Amino acid sequence: MNRYLVQRIGFALLGLAALVVVVPILFVIITIVLRGIQAINWEFLTAMPRDGMKAGGIFPAIVGTLLLTLGTAIAAIPVGVGGAIYLAEYARDTRLTRAIRLAIINLAGIPSVVYGLFGLGLFVLFLQFGTSILAGALTLAIMTLPIIISAAEEALRAVPTEFRTVSASLGGTRWQGIRHIVLPQALPGIITGVILGMLRAAGETAPILFTVAAFFLPRLPQSVLDQTMALPYHLYVISTQVPGMPIKIQYGTALVLLVLILSMSTVASVIRSYYRRRRQW
Amino acid sequence: MVASEPKIRIENVGYAYDGKPALRDVTLDVPANAVTVLFGPAGGGKTTLLRLINRLNDLVEGTRMSGRVLLDGRDIYAPDTDVPDLRRQVGMVFALPLPLPGTVRENVIYGPKLAGVQDRTRLDEALFRSLTQAALWEEVKDRLDDPASALSGGQQQRLCIARSLALEPEVLLLDEPTSGLDPISTGKVEESLVELKQHYTIAIVPHSVQQAARVADYAAFFLMGDLIEYRPNKEIFTTPRDQRTEDYVTGRFG
Repeated sequence: MNRYLVQRIGFALLGLAALVVVVPILFVIITIVLRGIQAINWEFLTAMPRDGMKAGGIFPAIVGTLLLTLGTAIAAIPVGVGGAIYLAEYARDTRLTRAIRLAIINLAGIPSVVYGLFGLGLFVLFLQFGTSILAGALTLAIMTLPIIISAAEEALRAVPTEFRTVSASLGGTRWQGIRHIVLPQALPGIITGVILGMLRAAGETAPILFTVAAFFLPRLPQSVLDQTMALPYHLYVISTQVPGMPIKIQYGTALVLLVLILSMSTVASVIRSYYRRRRQW
Repeated sequence: MVASEPKIRIENVGYAYDGKPALRDVTLDVPANAVTVLFGPAGGGKTTLLRLINRLNDLVEGTRMSGRVLLDGRDIYAPDTDVPDLRRQVGMVFALPLPLPGTVRENVIYGPKLAGVQDRTRLDEALFRSLTQAALWEEVKDRLDDPASALSGGQQQRLCIARSLALEPEVLLLDEPTSGLDPISTGKVEESLVELKQHYTIAIVPHSVQQAARVADYAAFFLMGDLIEYRPNKEIFTTPRDQRTEDYVTGRFG
């Protein structure tokens, strides 16, 4: 067979593979937007749910998801970035650090419902936080830690070693070199990892199922020890647990969650490309 | 060989990476206010020796060192040594120009700032003084706030020299500082060495025998981790005593 023909067939197959990826995503997004948009109005976004959630809005679920994401960020970012700095900059290659790396890789592969059970056992029952925003955010934080640590460690390692050597040769301590040179250079990668982690946290149902999510709670949480509604769990509830639920409310909720997550990931790409352009190596 | 007290004394220094020896029992005095050249073919241990003088090799894992390195008679490997402070006294310029991210100004005042200098006038003085000493001021005085990466290779390397000088070190170590530069830039760097040795003790690994001969006040020939010959003048290039030195400087190997 003519080798140019082979090449053409090859390209066609590869293009087809790309299409197979893109088409379902577009289909999902278009369906949700078209059906969900009918539900979206001011009341839907800002009112409490009424009539067994068949009317009114999803305001407490939106607030709940935002609060949970914020809480996850507060708990996970310092620990995750700190851990990544330790692993990338300080830790020598010992059996212990290899065990830590292995643990991180394995943590990333644990099903989210297992995190939910773990959170129930540790935070809700043992530490007696009860079903609360605190317990839910900490559970989500533990789930997102491996994502943040791996991304941040990779970003730190991508900064050329020479910068650290130069900084040391100019009388900088190891920490000064990290603080003034390495961290600023690794920041875009770290931010990307953090936002990816937050996206995951915002969209997960299983970890919050036993730790924080309320089935129906038409008021805003007053403290971190309160339960709250949250978008992914609310979507699960109204799709499977409430008979006679208007379909447009389901799609409307899905659309709000989708917009929330897509806007976060857009912010991540903007930040990344902004810093990429300023990078000097 | 050296009459007065040497600035740096290398005493029976041996060094190994992962069990592979890089330096064997090297003893060498580096006198003040002169250019001492460490030359020889690649793998001779010159760079290793240079990096031992400001303890940059501390950053490398799996190494072993024996012997002593004295700066003004003080053992710099003594446990009470303040290593960042030592590195401020003993500056280093690397083979490739490695500007830090940021502007020309930020590069030069990086060291003084880490040392705790905050006063604007003092930082500006250090900027002017060190860029002038590195023969770069005239070329960059209007571009101080441009990214350092926008300078030419030769300018970047002189910026790196200026960056070390901003700390007012006593010793300046240069590891093949002109290896990536064109002949004109190389000439400028070599000229600035003549000026700099009035104030500093300089140890340099040159990038060629010719450069070694041009800049040397003292010259040490290294081969495979051994110090073969050390002479307090340029005679090593014209009347070497050791056969191996002669073979190298006349270009029979290397």
